[in-house]
Amino acid sequence: MSTYLSEETQVTDAAVSTRLSSLDTLESEAIHIIREVVAEFEKPALLFSGGKDSVVMLHLATKAFWPGKVPFPVLHVDTGHNFPEVIDFRDRTVERLGLKLVVGSVQEFIDRGELAERADGTRNPLQTVPLLDAIQQNKFDAVFGGGRRDEDKARAKERILSLRDEFGQWDPRNQRPELWNLYNGRHTVGQHVRAFPISNWTELDIWRYIERENIELPGLYYAHEREVFARDGMWRAVGEVSQPLPHEEVITKTVRYRTVGDMSCTGAVESDAFTVADVVVEVAASTLTERGATRADDRISEAAMEDRKKDGYF
Amino acid sequence: MTTEALLPGDLETALPTTLFRFATAGSVDDGKSTLVGRLLHDSKAILADTLDAVARTSADRGFGGDKGGIDLALLTDGLRAEREQGITIDVAYRYFATDRRSFILADCPGHVQYTKNTVTGASTADAVVVLIDARKGVLEQTRRHLSVLQLLRVAHVIVAVNKIDLVDFSESVFRDIEADVQQVGRELGLGSDGISDLLVVPVSALDGDNVVERSERTPWYTGPALLEVLETLPAADELESHLESFRFPVQLVIRPQGALAPDAVAAGLDVEAYRDYRAYAGQITEGSVKVGDKVSVLTPGQSPRTTTVAGIDFAGKSLDEAAAPQSVAIRLADEFDVARGDTIAAAGTVREASADLYAALCWLSPKPLREGQKVLVKHGTRTVQALVRSVSGKLDLASFKLEGASSLELNDIGHAQLRLAAPLPLENYLHHRRTGAFLVIDPLDGNTLAAGLVKDHPGDHEDERYSI
Ligand SMILES: Nc1nc2c(ncn2[C@@H]2O[C@H](COP(=O)(O)OP(=O)(O)O)[C@@H](O)[C@H]2O)c(=O)[nH]1
Ligand SMILES: [Mg+2]
Repeated sequence: MSTYLSEETQVTDAAVSTRLSSLDTLESEAIHIIREVVAEFEKPALLFSGGKDSVVMLHLATKAFWPGKVPFPVLHVDTGHNFPEVIDFRDRTVERLGLKLVVGSVQEFIDRGELAERADGTRNPLQTVPLLDAIQQNKFDAVFGGGRRDEDKARAKERILSLRDEFGQWDPRNQRPELWNLYNGRHTVGQHVRAFPISNWTELDIWRYIERENIELPGLYYAHEREVFARDGMWRAVGEVSQPLPHEEVITKTVRYRTVGDMSCTGAVESDAFTVADVVVEVAASTLTERGATRADDRISEAAMEDRKKDGYF
Repeated sequence: MTTEALLPGDLETALPTTLFRFATAGSVDDGKSTLVGRLLHDSKAILADTLDAVARTSADRGFGGDKGGIDLALLTDGLRAEREQGITIDVAYRYFATDRRSFILADCPGHVQYTKNTVTGASTADAVVVLIDARKGVLEQTRRHLSVLQLLRVAHVIVAVNKIDLVDFSESVFRDIEADVQQVGRELGLGSDGISDLLVVPVSALDGDNVVERSERTPWYTGPALLEVLETLPAADELESHLESFRFPVQLVIRPQGALAPDAVAAGLDVEAYRDYRAYAGQITEGSVKVGDKVSVLTPGQSPRTTTVAGIDFAGKSLDEAAAPQSVAIRLADEFDVARGDTIAAAGTVREASADLYAALCWLSPKPLREGQKVLVKHGTRTVQALVRSVSGKLDLASFKLEGASSLELNDIGHAQLRLAAPLPLENYLHHRRTGAFLVIDPLDGNTLAAGLVKDHPGDHEDERYSI
């Protein structure tokens, strides 16, 4: 025992200098999780929206399997209310990496009468049904998501491998303990697992990583001029599905998006961050969370995310 | 964080460089959530909209009576039921950074499932903060928590004597509690076993004394504030990595056989040179490795095969060396058949794989463990069937005594012997926090039943302290 002690104190100084940076540690952890899921599941898929978190996820996957191809398809739940440049980015990325793209369409469910448009016109909460349908149809047993625990207080309770029942539901009171770096992905027929390899990343980590790795993103993450109008305390883009009401004045502003989702409920922020380095500085100095700043759907109630997640949302 | 305080140049030097993981433990109402909220609040990790929401809810519930104020616990109690009942149900993870470090914090609830939550939080933690209510002192629950942390070999245990405001910042109250804590530490070997250290800090989570900054209201306390402690302690991998021999459980084989990544090819990858590429992907769990090192490949049921490391690759870069916890892909000089579940280790540093597993089990499931039961054991990247041959006792965590037992129930920690369907390269948890750890899984529903710590023989490590 006592010899062990003296050995330990001697090496401490040397070890400090070689420690990985926090970004490298997070990257390493994420790649370990991605590889575990690929090794232990039969049919994984990665949720890919073209949003920054899913773009980082895909980048991590390319690093995990280099020089081989990313060994799973990507799944996009299309609200039909997308920013056209994001869809374009999605298609180019899929093409560049030689991936298979599976699309679950909210519009098709609405057209078939299996989903009803909400009174507020927001389609983010409607994604759950097409998502679960795509998982079932394609027999995906693991679905990678870019969810981060710092995004929301319900997400802060989510496991890295999170079991979903036959109905895709999350039971926050009955989660498996997650110990060391040993992930338990066992599931029975009909159940599936959501995997969140970047659980421990913050928004700032994501941006610093995008900067460091020189990762391409849809242009709307950077400052650009856009026709907008004010609603619910945020700037909404003028578009097919987001039209100003008569009293809402349309003006041109220099804005950028902190999240990209359903165009009808995602707001832009005024910004002069034209480059990724500008964005890193802006995010580091921000006094609002990304969801609080830009997501109308999360402002509905204190537990909006928890309720959606229990039903099977991302 | 204000905009003018952060210029691009400052940011470069201000960016946190390393990660530190810690967890909180304590009984219900000791103030864990308040402390976590205070750390987040005072380190400015809480953004305005979140704080507004919490302030509104605090006011709605009449927090602080006429005095008002913000219930900082609401910052971590994220589930609806938690906020309604004012308790923490499940481990919540929180993130904050100072200019020295990025922190990952696990707020572990202290009620009925305390062992489960403490074991979970402690398994990945570099440090654990145990709370004590200054009015109550060291309770049976405190002894249990410290006992679990000692078993799990947490490198740093910090005891925060909270609510020091409610005992009028009394030095004598603090000193008595401190002495009691050190006494328990001695009984357990905590802080004197060469693995862990034990620190005691007086705090008021509610008012912020000694949380981020040293308080003038405790002039008799000359030690660092809690956050200063967390910023300066060495992380577990700093302490461990260079002491240990290289261990690398193989996760999968990267063998594109022509199916090369189109983006890599477009970027100029030599397609011919990579046609027969074959590398073993994994995360280094312990130690470090260099190109040219002699390594052994450990495959259950076979004797170790020795070869050398031909290359260490990571996403298009060739590395000369790599260390825990890096994820890499390793190429070997000889064409062995290597698969998921095998371990690559520094040659000559591993003992024989064994199918007899002696372990301490932290039982985490409402389904009890019985002798004769069939379970699955997940160790590294391999899962094997196992038979529970015997349960040889359970620990009384408060008295540190070993009691006779033939089954284990939820929150029990006991000793068991298992027979594995295939031999595994097991190592003593005492010196190997990764390769000495395993999960016990229910083959029927797939749930995790227990956290397992490998022992060398039935009378190993903690028995030295747990008298019979
Ligand atoms: N006076 C005082 N009250 C505190 C302090 N820390 C926590 N409390 C109160 O103790 C109660 C329990 O705190 P909470 O953080 O929910 O405890 P937990 O169950 O350990 O998470 C709450 O009413 C807190 O406001 C402290 O340092 N001083
Ligand atoms: Mg609490």
